[in-house]
Amino acid sequence: MAYSEKVIDHYQNPKNVGTLDKSSKKVGTGLVGAPECGDVMRLQIEVDDVTGVITDAKFKTFGCGSAIASSSLATEWLKGKSIDEALTVDNMDFVEELNLPPVKIHCSVLAEDAIKAAINDYRVKNGKDVIKFEESVVH
Amino acid sequence: MLKLPIYLDNNATTPMDPRVLEAMTPYFLEHFGNAASRNHPFGWEAEEAVDYAREQVAKLIGADPKEIIFTSGATEADNLGIKGVYEMYAGKGNHIITATTEHKAVLDTCKHIEKSGGEITYLQVKADGLIDLKELEAAIKPTTILVAIMYANNEIGTIQPIREISAIAKKHGVLLFTDATQAVGKIPVNVNKDGIDLMAFTAHKMYGPKGVGALYVRRKNPRVKVTAQMDGGGHERGMRSGTLNVPGIVGFGKACEISMIDMEADTKRISKLRDKLEGELMKLEEAYINGSTEHRLPHVTNISFKHVEGEGLLMGFNKNIALSSGSACTSASLEPSYVLKALGLGDDLAHSSLRFGLGRFTDEEQIDYTISAISETVLKLRDMSPLWEMYKEGIDLSKIEWAAH
Repeated sequence: MAYSEKVIDHYQNPKNVGTLDKSSKKVGTGLVGAPECGDVMRLQIEVDDVTGVITDAKFKTFGCGSAIASSSLATEWLKGKSIDEALTVDNMDFVEELNLPPVKIHCSVLAEDAIKAAINDYRVKNGKDVIKFEESVVH
Repeated sequence: MLKLPIYLDNNATTPMDPRVLEAMTPYFLEHFGNAASRNHPFGWEAEEAVDYAREQVAKLIGADPKEIIFTSGATEADNLGIKGVYEMYAGKGNHIITATTEHKAVLDTCKHIEKSGGEITYLQVKADGLIDLKELEAAIKPTTILVAIMYANNEIGTIQPIREISAIAKKHGVLLFTDATQAVGKIPVNVNKDGIDLMAFTAHKMYGPKGVGALYVRRKNPRVKVTAQMDGGGHERGMRSGTLNVPGIVGFGKACEISMIDMEADTKRISKLRDKLEGELMKLEEAYINGSTEHRLPHVTNISFKHVEGEGLLMGFNKNIALSSGSACTSASLEPSYVLKALGLGDDLAHSSLRFGLGRFTDEEQIDYTISAISETVLKLRDMSPLWEMYKEGIDLSKIEWAAH
């Protein structure tokens, strides 16, 4: 199966690989997927507590090229966005941007889930309620 | 000069040996006859060429030429051998014993038979990929007509104890079928010494052309018969109708002849390269060889690199190195290799595996390049892997509640 150029570029030059201090109140961590399924994504956001804007984002991913590219792209998209804006990122945005084929849609779903999980982690740390999301259909 | 890409997927198919192509060419052009045309020189030439190839093929496996039934490949030979015995020996019983690590051409054939009223026992394999001979013997019952166990596995290269399996089958009056696709031409296979009654194999795994294979069917002690699976002109002693693929068969014969001559030298050279590749890659942390290293094809190794995913790993170098992975991220099911799972590997290790199949045209420069490209990619992806980070922090990954999807 041929990968799109954008997937290859993110794979070869991943953006924002790394780790933020997960004990910091400013940092939200989302860990989604499972080793048994061949994909695990960890997405972290650092949020400015005054403005509510995401100032930094990092990822680490165990998975195929599309999973790596989706999480790399997610960190790029998140930086500079407010939490509310970040919540509007949809898995289909990844599919379109990266030209993911149908068998790779689960990678985009995982990236969306990772964003939501990171935001919820941040909210809980800061005394806010967990946002309940509808279950993703494609897994 | 190193030429890229490097081909290390010789278990999938092999490049043709130029000597094979040379032998085939005239049979596409001037000697195009139908081997079944009995009344003119075109037919005679074709028949003569097929007869000669039949001898070359038979010689490689220690058979009589009359025992070779040409087919379109190993899948057809698997179907013909297993379904053909099931139908021919219906009066004797309906039970077949096979193993969970067989090729799909055998497993799906067995499933087909199950649907039509047959009974199949699927033997589990041990952690090294070998079947348990005691379990095999215990599974035999009065209705058992066939044991179908592969000679060597396509994913991990494990060689089954065919002679011991044959002895057990013989003791109970049961026929032995073996899919020897990966073994014939690579290691010595002899149907008489090994006690094989039916055997499937193919040309394109031994530097011959695609689209031609054979089923060996024993003619003496015991005389074995199979029911034809295709109706037609009654070619191949009535067992396989269809105009013979003369150029393909000629190429198959030549490939067998070359393999026989070159086998010892090839094995010596290739196994040395395989051992170097394996030895160097095993220097990486958390690398594991899958399957037996003792009973294994000389050109194969299958290694899992923990905490990196196979397809992601392949992407690091698949423009330059052709390999396959036990991971199945491309399939909708997301199920990793059933062969690796049958060894008892966790899904995580099965997803992290690479299969290397070296061949006659693999050289040391290619292996050196492969060692460094793979080592670099593994290290790079581990830097990117949350599982590797957790492992390094001493977190027990099996204790984490993963949101399975």
